[in-house]
Amino acid sequence: MTHPAAPDGVNSARARHWHRTQRLTAVLLLVWFVVGFVVTWFARDLDFPFLGWPFSFWMAAQGGVIVFVALLAVYARRMARIDRRLQAEGGSGGHGDVVQAPR
Amino acid sequence: MGIRSRTFAPARGRFAAMGGAAFSRRLHWIYLAFGLAFLAFVGVMALLEQLGLSRRWIGFLFLVGPIVFYAGIGILCRTTDPTEYYVAGRRVPALYNGMATGADWMSAASFIGMAGTLYLSGYGGLAYILGWTGGFVLVALLIAPYLRKFGQYTIPDFLAARYDGNLTRVIGVVAAIGCSFLYVVAQIYGVGLITSRITGVAFEVGVFLGLGGILVCSFLGGMRAVTWTQVAQYIVLLVAYLVPVAWLSLKQHATVVPQATYGYQLQKVIAAEKRLQADPAEQQVITIFRQRAAELDARLADIPTALAAERSAAARRISELKAANAPQGDIQAAERVLARVPRDADTARDEWTHARDANLERARPLAGMPPHAQQFAGDPHGDAATRKAFDDSRHNFIALVFCLMVGTASLPHVLTRFYTPPSVSEARTSVAWSLFFILLLYVTAPALAVLVKVEVFQSLVGTRFDQLPAWINNWTHVDGSLLQVADVNGDGILQLGEMKIGGDIVVLATPEIAGLPYVISGLVAAGGLAAALSTADGLLLTIANALSHDLWFRIVDPSASATRRVTVSKVLLLMVALGAAYVTAQKPGDILLLVSAAFSIAASAFFPALVMGVFWKRANRWGAAAGMVAGLGLTSYYVLVNQPGVREAFGITSPIQLWWGIQPIAAGLFGVPVGFAVLVAVSLLTPRPSQAALAMVDDVRLP
Repeated sequence: MTHPAAPDGVNSARARHWHRTQRLTAVLLLVWFVVGFVVTWFARDLDFPFLGWPFSFWMAAQGGVIVFVALLAVYARRMARIDRRLQAEGGSGGHGDVVQAPR
Repeated sequence: MGIRSRTFAPARGRFAAMGGAAFSRRLHWIYLAFGLAFLAFVGVMALLEQLGLSRRWIGFLFLVGPIVFYAGIGILCRTTDPTEYYVAGRRVPALYNGMATGADWMSAASFIGMAGTLYLSGYGGLAYILGWTGGFVLVALLIAPYLRKFGQYTIPDFLAARYDGNLTRVIGVVAAIGCSFLYVVAQIYGVGLITSRITGVAFEVGVFLGLGGILVCSFLGGMRAVTWTQVAQYIVLLVAYLVPVAWLSLKQHATVVPQATYGYQLQKVIAAEKRLQADPAEQQVITIFRQRAAELDARLADIPTALAAERSAAARRISELKAANAPQGDIQAAERVLARVPRDADTARDEWTHARDANLERARPLAGMPPHAQQFAGDPHGDAATRKAFDDSRHNFIALVFCLMVGTASLPHVLTRFYTPPSVSEARTSVAWSLFFILLLYVTAPALAVLVKVEVFQSLVGTRFDQLPAWINNWTHVDGSLLQVADVNGDGILQLGEMKIGGDIVVLATPEIAGLPYVISGLVAAGGLAAALSTADGLLLTIANALSHDLWFRIVDPSASATRRVTVSKVLLLMVALGAAYVTAQKPGDILLLVSAAFSIAASAFFPALVMGVFWKRANRWGAAAGMVAGLGLTSYYVLVNQPGVREAFGITSPIQLWWGIQPIAAGLFGVPVGFAVLVAVSLLTPRPSQAALAMVDDVRLP
């Protein structure tokens, strides 16, 4: 995570930012995995009635999709907060393209 | 037209001056006006229908009207600036990028095919809903923000910058063109089908008419024009999908939002399934199909004798008729029977085997459909055979979900859309909007499948043949592969087993099933066309850009001027489009089969290299290249050796050998992990990536 041109404080702020990003990503991926695969694996057993549907049918047809959208909304909001913390800790400044687009 | 021409006029300076919020507000007004104009258009068409305008004209206007509209946007958005042409100027607000991605993503298969698949396979079809939506979680968490931060033009651009040079770029170009071309042929096929069915022109003419609709958007304005037409197309396809479903639900005395309440309709389906399975008339139909299969089996046991017997019986019948001075029509019919007797033993074996399988197919309970709500086939507590059926079905469901998810996160034409928002955080928000807009349709499709099933099981089955509703007659005449009914057991009443349904009819015929005026059928056709056109636009652009930007500009002639790059891109786009239309006009059944594998192919080629490129600094060019080739190779091999249609096309005769019973459609289940493993192993065995590559990783990780 070191950036040769940047002072140490900036680098550690950036390291913390990446660490937080990874942690959020991992937590949300865990939820995604449970909803997408674990619940689906046990679909036959999760057959109890739920608002008129068998539960696992509802999860595959609606519940899963709704959870996925919620995950993305949480991700966008949380990441915005993590980005603001980076700015507050003085680690921002990574604006602009890596390689300037050739014209 | 006034507002739009001012907004889309090629004046970048004014956009730069206009704040993001003002631009968004302006877009809200434009698309609100578009939505109202579209509803007014539907209203006028309904009025014209009342005044006696013929169906053919209504269908024609529903195809041409929206296309003229899209073309108008395309012309207003024409551009020669590379940033405008490749990534729409990078100022598409999150909400609108979400709608454009929704239209880009939802193809003819989503719009027309999915409800049909759900109708025919019940819970098994839900793998598509879960997979195609869950993939966007991967897009948002692992790929989209980093691509946006990188901020170039194509997916191979990313691979080349991260993995030091053009090796991964070339592999990426090959994979991107391969899966996008398969996909675009399927879209143009859908366009041709809808156009020819609604207007009555020949399929090939329909293909080239539709091609005109695709080209006016992407040719003049590239990504910029495609973006703003895709937003309009999203509005059209959503309205066209939701209106008939809400109406059908009202007709069944349910709510206007069947999505929230169709659980109770599902209970009716489950009850009807029990009743139909116990019904003696249904069992009679099944017995008849079994007998027909057994009879064909007997013939197959001794083909030469059976063939001779059949030929002499037909000849005898003709001479009998002639001797009895029967009417000429009867004699001609008998002669046709003789002409249809297979020429030789080989043709006879093929034809009869095929016929036997078709009869066995229809000799299954509930016309071959599994009970709608039953999760997986077989029974975990039954005997060995049903236990194996259960395990196979469960494994394949999970594998398919996995491949569709990872494939969604790897399709270049979808990922490119996330280069277009103005910032990294807007890119994140726009994935959430994309999935929300996709959800609106994907939550409706399973509801529609259940509503149509209620209609068929409760009202249609058990009707007397002379009282069948008009839509049955209409559709059996249009296309026998969509709908066939025959009174197999001769009791004058329709049984479920006597109907053979093709999935596509579920969406296409919903307006008629719900008893809606023809104008709604036209609306559905316009929606299907919008879905196919928007996806085809995005795909063609991806292919042409891979060729012009990645191959020609980046490798062959890096000194080309900006305008020249765009011109080359447009010429290539035209050539690719004509090539795709030519392939489509041959009606290639084999290619359509390959499309189902496009997700697995994209997944194993791109996913490991894209994700590891951001999350593992040690990944280097040799590892990425080896991983991409290994994943791509393994998946293609598995599809080639095991997919029946592909085997036939390439003349492969080795026995089908499935690994752990996984179907070839989910080949990515093997390709993706192997791609990851090879990438890691080869990276560790070869030198570290360059300082430039490491700096790039640091940079894309920052917002």
